Amino acid sequence: MAKRFQKLKDHWREQRLFFSRVIAAAVVVVLLTGVLVARLVHLQVIEYQRFSDLSQDNRLRIEPLAPTRGLIFDRNGLIIAENLPTWQLVAIPEQIGDLDAALAELEELGLVEASEHAVLADLVRSHRGFERVKLRNLNETQAARFAVRRHRFPGIDIQEGLVRYYPFGEASAHAVGYVGSISTRDLERIDRRAYAATSHIGKTGIERSYEDLLHGQVGYRQQVVNAQGRILLDPASADAQASASWELETKWPVPGDNVVLSLDMRLQLATHEALAGARGAAIAIDPANGDVLALVSTPSFDPNRLAGGLSRSDFATLNADLDMPMFNRALAGQYPPGSTVKPFFGLAALQLESSLAHEDISCPGFFTLPGHSHRYRDWRPQGHGPVDLRGAIVQSCDVYFYRLAVDLGIDRLEQTMKAFGFGAPTGLDIMGERAGVVPSREWKREYFPQPEDKVWFPGETVITGIGQGFTLVTPLQLAHATAVLAARGASYQPRLLIGTEDAVSRDVDWAEPAPLGAVEASEEHWAAIHDAMVGVTKDLRGSGRTSMLGTSYVVAGKTGTAQVFTVAQEEKYDADEVDERLRDHGLFIAFAPAEAPRIAVAVVIENGGGGSSAAAPVARKILDAYFAEGVEAAAAEAGTAAIGRRAAGISAPSFGALAAALGPAEPQGEATHVPR
Amino acid sequence: MSLGSVEWGDKTRKTLGGPPLLRNLVVDMPLLVTLFAIAGLGFVVLYSANGEDLSGVARQSVRLSVGLAAFLVMAQIPPRYLRLWTPWLYCAVLGLLLAVMVEGEIGKGAQRWLDLGVVRFQPSELMKLAAPMMVAWFLHDRTLPPTMPQLLVLMLVILVPAGMIAEQPDLGTGLLVASAGILTVLLAGVSVRIIAGIGALALVAAPVLWVSMMDYQRARVMTFLNPESDPLGAGYNIIQSKIAIGSGGMFGKGWLNGTQAHLEFLPERSTDFIFAVMAEEFGLLGLSVLLVLYLVLVGRGLYIAVQAQDTFSRLLAGAISLTFFVYVFVNAGMVSGLLPVVGVPLPLVSAGGTSMVTLMACFGILASIHGHRKLLAA
Repeated sequence: MAKRFQKLKDHWREQRLFFSRVIAAAVVVVLLTGVLVARLVHLQVIEYQRFSDLSQDNRLRIEPLAPTRGLIFDRNGLIIAENLPTWQLVAIPEQIGDLDAALAELEELGLVEASEHAVLADLVRSHRGFERVKLRNLNETQAARFAVRRHRFPGIDIQEGLVRYYPFGEASAHAVGYVGSISTRDLERIDRRAYAATSHIGKTGIERSYEDLLHGQVGYRQQVVNAQGRILLDPASADAQASASWELETKWPVPGDNVVLSLDMRLQLATHEALAGARGAAIAIDPANGDVLALVSTPSFDPNRLAGGLSRSDFATLNADLDMPMFNRALAGQYPPGSTVKPFFGLAALQLESSLAHEDISCPGFFTLPGHSHRYRDWRPQGHGPVDLRGAIVQSCDVYFYRLAVDLGIDRLEQTMKAFGFGAPTGLDIMGERAGVVPSREWKREYFPQPEDKVWFPGETVITGIGQGFTLVTPLQLAHATAVLAARGASYQPRLLIGTEDAVSRDVDWAEPAPLGAVEASEEHWAAIHDAMVGVTKDLRGSGRTSMLGTSYVVAGKTGTAQVFTVAQEEKYDADEVDERLRDHGLFIAFAPAEAPRIAVAVVIENGGGGSSAAAPVARKILDAYFAEGVEAAAAEAGTAAIGRRAAGISAPSFGALAAALGPAEPQGEATHVPR
Repeated sequence: MSLGSVEWGDKTRKTLGGPPLLRNLVVDMPLLVTLFAIAGLGFVVLYSANGEDLSGVARQSVRLSVGLAAFLVMAQIPPRYLRLWTPWLYCAVLGLLLAVMVEGEIGKGAQRWLDLGVVRFQPSELMKLAAPMMVAWFLHDRTLPPTMPQLLVLMLVILVPAGMIAEQPDLGTGLLVASAGILTVLLAGVSVRIIAGIGALALVAAPVLWVSMMDYQRARVMTFLNPESDPLGAGYNIIQSKIAIGSGGMFGKGWLNGTQAHLEFLPERSTDFIFAVMAEEFGLLGLSVLLVLYLVLVGRGLYIAVQAQDTFSRLLAGAISLTFFVYVFVNAGMVSGLLPVVGVPLPLVSAGGTSMVTLMACFGILASIHGHRKLLAA
């Protein structure tokens, strides 16, 4: 019966229950207050003396300690990026009285530039009081000039630091990238705590994409300083006992990992030299694994000037240069591929069993679509006479490929291009890659806003067949596709990083090549295309013959010439310049040795004229450097050492063996693995 | 004005003397006097924390006036009306939270503030009151202690808004809303066995959760629990505030003489860390006075709760008083390095409008509960 009554509210019982809960709550409140008071007594009575000392004229300062940035090596252990000691001018915001006056005085001494005043002031103000803000690097004279006047600048100091140094300078700039001062924009994307002591951050290339690996972990130490910021107690000093009584903590920074790149600096330097004076790009890839052996874009810039703290005006000049030295043509330059597409379409003709594949055609020097009068001209006005597929590749006959394009149709051309990786970034592990354009019906429909432009015209198929029209490729895509062609369809994602070395344990972690979907074609078809490409460099009528005369290795290549039919809209009119800039782009792709390819190369020379005259000689120099006997032996030695390490998984590699053998590229190039 | 006791029908009210209009005004003098004492102490500390600048104190006194108005308005509303409005209020605040969420989604910015043109306020602050009110409303006509299914409903009522606030992300306020709701449930008399059961469940779940977390999540939890392990970030504030408190000693360095605060070592010294400024300048003695005043408020609130005549008022009064103590404890605990850093202001002392006004409104509700009691025949 009692159960039924429970549904009614029993006010008396409820009130009693509530009262007991309030009493319990009151007890908890009192207990917690007791805990609070005990804590206050602990801080204010028991530890009073310690805290009082800390606050009155002593302060506990936390000094963040910068990690040493990881080094960058090439595949043979040559140092591409290292850290050199330097002097840095630093500001400690909380100790500076009048920031503007201090900066003005530094300007008078020629230690900072007047144009940087506002930027530096902002930088200092955006940091917390105890942080050391790096203003700029000083050379020894400047450091001495400041040192004698140090007393006049409370809160400004010089400290020893490390500056990033790239021994190969311009030659490595576009592949490796550079570090620069952390800008206010960078501050938004990084964990400010992790960078509390760091002044520079990777801006482009490897330095940017592997920033997390290279940077390391920040450390700190607690110091006791007086009101003027003078250090009274430092855990790093000898007075360990005194430090212990202050409970000073030190956490040392963890240096960043070293990274090993696939680049072969010897080849990289030769490539850079071969491109000297030209606007262009060249890339060499190992077809067996996608390793990028050389990646050069010219004109280039000196990364050391940027790492050392380039003034704003210098940076602006660099950026405004009409030749765009900061622009990475190898990844972001997009060019019509011209006749370099012919081997790829030739393979498609064989594989897709086009009727033209085994037919001789007669080339009159022009082609017309049935029912149209427009003449699509061959580069050779008198024509090539009777040609088959091989002959069309060797002589670069346009008419054959006009007909082939019409026969295959745009959809198959598109499939072929995409199978070799055109039209999408290759996935190289540095940023800034462009996708290029593989034209198709769908692309045209999406790309053009006007309905009348969205239709695909037969004439557009014709010129796509010789790599003109809408098609755009990057030099990197071209090199990658050539590597796939060389490897008979086996495809690897191009990569620059092949290993990371733990800076402390020296254990090297080698990365496995990343295979991509292979291009399927029958063995004899690959052989036929390879044979035709060898013909390009060996046959009497081969378009690449003159550049490849007398090689000790057999080269399979293909020339390309891309018409620059429009002047870029934003380019200003300048009679001398425009004339030069209207000239054709020269392209050349090659792999060697043709029978067992070890290297695939793509060269693009902007406005260089034809592919055979401008680009092929550059490729020749690159290949010669790669197969040069003496160096090849040295590389083989260092290479086998590296490969041996990789195979056996042995750690602690002895880098730098090759450096002496090669002789320094520049005086500083001798740098070997600096022990830290 | 003098205090008088007026017989009026079957009700007894403490009212203000003077003009007839004021005679019926419900106020609770012990509450109001203590509130003003704490706020006054706050002005003194704020003046020092602001670098002897009066404008901050002026702004704070404007906030206190608005708070007083809120107190008086709330004190005049009989609890039964509050009870009737509670579900609507709860739903409205939940709607506002949703609005802030959506707006923040669009604006990609901070998701806490709702801009009403004239004033901007944080709906999450309102939820600190709305959540316990909803719990009290849900339980007011049910037999206490609540049954298991009822408890599950209540958990939803509490955890949905708390979760939304934690998502903003404002974990601190989310936890406070949850604790306000849970305190109400505990006051309602959940059996000790259930409390122990949940406690045991949490003890078991914690290590499981810990193991299943990613490394970086664990690191974040560790920094949250022990900020001093991160002296370049969150730990900096705590290290400096401990120095401020410790160096204050027994009697303090004296008003306007705190070096930590005046040399700008102490962060957020007029808002979340004002407790440290007071500790530095007034020492343990000054803090004791403040803590006693806080305890008086909490004690008066619990007394009002015990005296209250219906379940809703009882639970609400108890919850308001205990939540208030939680604010004090969390802020003081955080500043003195006992608790992790969550952005909770020191009640009635820290500079800031939303907190001041909502707290005064809450105390207005206490005054109303006490002032609108019916005299029952014994």
